[in-house]
Amino acid sequence: MTRPTVDLRPIQPPLPRPRPLAHFFTRPQVIALVAVLLVNWALFPGFFTITWQDGRFFGSLIDVLNRGAPVAILAIGMTMVIATKGVDLSVGAVMAISGATAATLVTNGIPAPVAVLAALGTGILCGFWNGILVTVLEIQPIIATLVLMVAGRGLAQLITEGYIVTFSDPLLIFIGTGSFLGLPMPVIIAVVLMIAATLIVRRTALGLLIEAVGVNRSAARFAGLKANALLLIVYTFAGFCAAISGLIVAGDIRGADANNAGLWLELDAILAVVIGGTSLMGGRFSIPMAVLGALIIQSMNTGILISGFSPEFNLVVKSAVIIVILVLQSPISARLFRRLPGAQK
Amino acid sequence: MNVIKTLALGAGLASLLLSAAYAEGLQGKVIGFSQIGSESGWRAAETSVTKAEAEARGIDLKFADAQQKQENQIKAIRGFIAQGVDAILVAPVVATGWEEVLTEAKEADIPVVLLDRGIEGPEDLYLTSVASDQVKEGRVAGEWLVANVGDKQCNVVELQGTVGSSPAINRKQGFEEALAGKANLTITRSQTGDFTRSKGKEVMEGFIKAEDGGKNICAVYAHNDDMAVGAIQAIKDAGLKPGSDILVVSIDAVPDIFAAMVAGEANATVELTPNMAGPAFDALQAYWDAGTAPEKFIITESKLYTPADDPQGEYDRRKGLGY
Repeated sequence: MTRPTVDLRPIQPPLPRPRPLAHFFTRPQVIALVAVLLVNWALFPGFFTITWQDGRFFGSLIDVLNRGAPVAILAIGMTMVIATKGVDLSVGAVMAISGATAATLVTNGIPAPVAVLAALGTGILCGFWNGILVTVLEIQPIIATLVLMVAGRGLAQLITEGYIVTFSDPLLIFIGTGSFLGLPMPVIIAVVLMIAATLIVRRTALGLLIEAVGVNRSAARFAGLKANALLLIVYTFAGFCAAISGLIVAGDIRGADANNAGLWLELDAILAVVIGGTSLMGGRFSIPMAVLGALIIQSMNTGILISGFSPEFNLVVKSAVIIVILVLQSPISARLFRRLPGAQK
Repeated sequence: MNVIKTLALGAGLASLLLSAAYAEGLQGKVIGFSQIGSESGWRAAETSVTKAEAEARGIDLKFADAQQKQENQIKAIRGFIAQGVDAILVAPVVATGWEEVLTEAKEADIPVVLLDRGIEGPEDLYLTSVASDQVKEGRVAGEWLVANVGDKQCNVVELQGTVGSSPAINRKQGFEEALAGKANLTITRSQTGDFTRSKGKEVMEGFIKAEDGGKNICAVYAHNDDMAVGAIQAIKDAGLKPGSDILVVSIDAVPDIFAAMVAGEANATVELTPNMAGPAFDALQAYWDAGTAPEKFIITESKLYTPADDPQGEYDRRKGLGY
């Protein structure tokens, strides 16, 4: 007598949705980036001109990539935090701390590699602190990270004793202004970090778990996820990213400016993530799209610089473009797009 | 520790220079100083120079750091009044809201001297104010450029301070006044660098790209030295020589611009002196000794420094002041 059996194996998972290249180019972020770049080109015909000079590429487009790199790196960490329905306001201050740490150490005769590791370690520590506040003490992320946003800049000033600590260490300067394969070092770092982070979250279950925590932290916990451990990892990673950005901006000006390094960049990073389509309500996220968001912001900044507008218009132009991008991404306009004949779903 | 050492060094240096001239006069006077905070290197230098000046004159200086908050300054001033100090120095963080507390000081017969910034309100609330003329600073920088460029065609790019801030508005105005009527000198581009090194560098990079790789730029005028330091790096990155291919003129006279001058990368800077307290103490002394009320607005000198003015010496002299 055989009992009826039920086949408990799951049905074959659906094949990943085919993503033709055309789909990528119809994303609002890509359209926005291309549009901003074209406007820049119209304002300044030499915008796309890239020349080879002193063993590296040289041109406005390279500037966009290079200047966009610090915010792009912040955005990589910020994307994951926001995907867990959190936010990290402290990344700008952590940049200042990291730069201050590295600069102060090398000017006191500590070898540069140690100083770099110490700076990264400080960033990790800052991120871990945020994570502890959010998980163990269960403080809302916006408040928990506000603590370090306000106090962090003071910490950085304590480290530099209020001075702009200048240095001439070749390794630190290389991180900020060096080049590899003709591309500026910050761009290389950002690309490597973006690819590594994307692979880690998408080739493992980590991305899915982060999204699960973001959609519903309690449900995720009841489903057996170690939500707190995940949150700790995510905030620590954001601190690590901020430390890298801090090293870059310090190396760029050959000095640690505790008052101004990374000032308001947390807001640019959040904006980049939002432009990249990650919702502040948590859940689905995309790291490459956030990096694209950072590039859109920087394309505007660079465009304004070379356009010759008077500086009073900077913020007006920027906000107008951002409003347009966000409206294009809104659910209503997405529905409108779908109704257009020939538009892909 | 370093801060204390450098402060002590700066104080010692200054007192050596000054002790001969001011042996008596203000000896033993108690003067309260309500400082805004230490938001910039210049502010830190002002604090350390004020302490050095007071020490050189034998003044007992009561120092209060307001950490950018007016209520802290008002509290500090009330504290000074309660302690019965002889005079009060204030670097006001904002221009409004001082009537009440300054009236209290006036009723207590304590003279008040404003440093660095002015206030709105009746002028009889304070004895005098010591400040720099920001329009003049811009004019001095512009006049240097006019004198040094000659009749050659010269396109100038400008790195402005924070949009809407008074130094940015006034330094721009003064510079434009100096260039007025000179057909060969034109400001071709002007953008804000927010008074910071990194923005100064980024804006200059953009200007260089937009002006044919920098070939169409003959000079850069920065509203402060930090932006000039950033611009110098951008010029170097573009394969040009700052100081000769592109002239660099800026304002403030912080140590790092003198280091750039030593390297031949900066051409001129106009000093915003951190010594606002010296003239204030002089005015107080004259007021107490002779009973003469000083003029209401004491304007500090806007001195021009070029590589001919011993930049290495200036660098060493300033490095310890807390910039």
